[in-house]
Amino acid sequence: MSIKIAKEIVMDKEEMRNAFCSVLMELAENNKDIIVLDADLMGAMGTRAFQKKYPEQTVNCGIQEANMIGVAAGLSAVGKIPFAHTFAPFATRRVCDQVFMSAAYARNNVKIVGSDPGITASLNGGTHMPFEDMGIMRGLPELTVLEPTDITMLKWMIKEMAATYGVQYMRLVRKNCMKVYEEGSTFEMGKAVQLCDGTDVTIIASGYCVAEAYKAASLLKEAGVSARVLNMFCWKPIDQEAILKAAEETGAIVTAENHNVINGLGSAVAEVLVKNRPTPVEMIGVQDEFGEVGPVDYLSERFKLNASYIVEAAKKVIARKA
Amino acid sequence: MLSENKVKELKKFSKQIQIETVKMIASLGVGHLGGSLSIADALAVLYGEQMKYDPKNPKWAGRDWFICSKGHAGPAVYSALALKQFFPMSELKTLNRPGTKLPSHCDRLKTPGIDMTTGSLGQGSSTAAGIALAHKMNHMDNRIYLMLGDGEIDEGQVWEMALFTGTQKLTNLIAFVDCNKLQLDGPTCEICDVGNVAQKFEDFGWYAQSVDGHDVVAINEAIEKAKAQHEKPSMIVLNTEKAHGWTMFANKIGSHSTTISADQLEDALREMNAAMKSIEEGK
Repeated sequence: MSIKIAKEIVMDKEEMRNAFCSVLMELAENNKDIIVLDADLMGAMGTRAFQKKYPEQTVNCGIQEANMIGVAAGLSAVGKIPFAHTFAPFATRRVCDQVFMSAAYARNNVKIVGSDPGITASLNGGTHMPFEDMGIMRGLPELTVLEPTDITMLKWMIKEMAATYGVQYMRLVRKNCMKVYEEGSTFEMGKAVQLCDGTDVTIIASGYCVAEAYKAASLLKEAGVSARVLNMFCWKPIDQEAILKAAEETGAIVTAENHNVINGLGSAVAEVLVKNRPTPVEMIGVQDEFGEVGPVDYLSERFKLNASYIVEAAKKVIARKA
Repeated sequence: MLSENKVKELKKFSKQIQIETVKMIASLGVGHLGGSLSIADALAVLYGEQMKYDPKNPKWAGRDWFICSKGHAGPAVYSALALKQFFPMSELKTLNRPGTKLPSHCDRLKTPGIDMTTGSLGQGSSTAAGIALAHKMNHMDNRIYLMLGDGEIDEGQVWEMALFTGTQKLTNLIAFVDCNKLQLDGPTCEICDVGNVAQKFEDFGWYAQSVDGHDVVAINEAIEKAKAQHEKPSMIVLNTEKAHGWTMFANKIGSHSTTISADQLEDALREMNAAMKSIEEGK
């Protein structure tokens, strides 16, 4: 792992979907077994360029997600490396049983990509706003459950998924993300990334909340609080070592996720702590509610996911230290 | 055209599959009897005549694939595989015992010769489509055979697959629906009436045929016709009887999953051995 944090964390001009498509094209160039599957959302996901260049390696199943997961599993049984995409709610809750049996239980090699995680579903609203996708996938044995933070991490992650046999679920923002890592940064699967060190509290964040957590850490610094920030991009297998080290060295944890705290990152971190080193935790995330329509900044405030709430949670959890 | 001897051999093979199926279920005392017995004749044609496979190398890349989407019919498939030496016959008595290679539903990781894990109904249809598609992509001419149940086709996923496969023109896929007309809770026509199965698949862009699912000659001919056309995926509707070959359970609603006592086993073997003798004598 070799990380370089962006000098200034601002919105990347490039969209995640463009990077997604270009990395897949790069992989397909040298590997005829890379297959892109979609359920009639290639236009939305920006994979038309892939389809145009590699029509023989593209399968648009139509609006039939269950069949798509099964087809992907079958393709993999003959040695293909399928990446199956649809919106995150349909890539998880709609096809939970297909992912369980055809992909995971049968030990096939299927890469599942669910787009528009949590509040980034924005104008598609509550029906399309998954706060449960990672939790559903986390409950299936042997799955790797991933949330890339920005384009730099996404590019690394796609290559890692292609090279690693097994079922991985990746939730993916389609449009723009805050750029957190400079190009050339490298990561390690299952290892949390430390963005900054601290001694009073550790903020364990993922996806949308990483940039918010980083911002919260600097706000806390101004208030005289030293916060460590960990980016837990891999929810499963989770980096127990980093969590326990944080508990030992800072004695208080805040989790921050664009997801229901039930079954989410908050739950995953708490599971590690209660089994090994009980530590006060505050959970920033969706508090068991459905989503709704709105722009991302509205929803971030509505579900209390932004830096100001992380700061409050940090202060609260520090006060709870024994 | 099958020779007279071949026909006799296939009929005997089918009867052996039935006998071993009943014995293995009886050895545990309970199991999925009805839907296992109803596909014995199709299995006999597949493993006795049509399919390319190597029991010593079950994952041979040149093989034809068989996906039993009605995964609970595992016992019949296991019988066929054991009779064709994929594993020792003695394994059959381990059905559903702790640590067995022969679980209730087909598992590609546990049983030599099982090509795909099935059990959650409908899902074998899509995995079979994916397997067929991968072979097409690789320009390989292997055949992919898929066995569906008529109760199973209540599942919407089967019709997603039908639409997809018809559109993709996966001519290397030959699917069957075992129309034994009974599902767990009763007659299929009362629970979820699918109507004319062959017609429906034809409407989905398939080449569909309907045959007597207990006539090995008819099944074989249908497969030959399916192979001879190069435009569409193939559906062969097998008109069958649930728990075929055992009068005590045949066409009975409770035959889907049932207990089998020692006395009942004796009854089954008496009837099936007599049938075997008739086949051998050419009656």
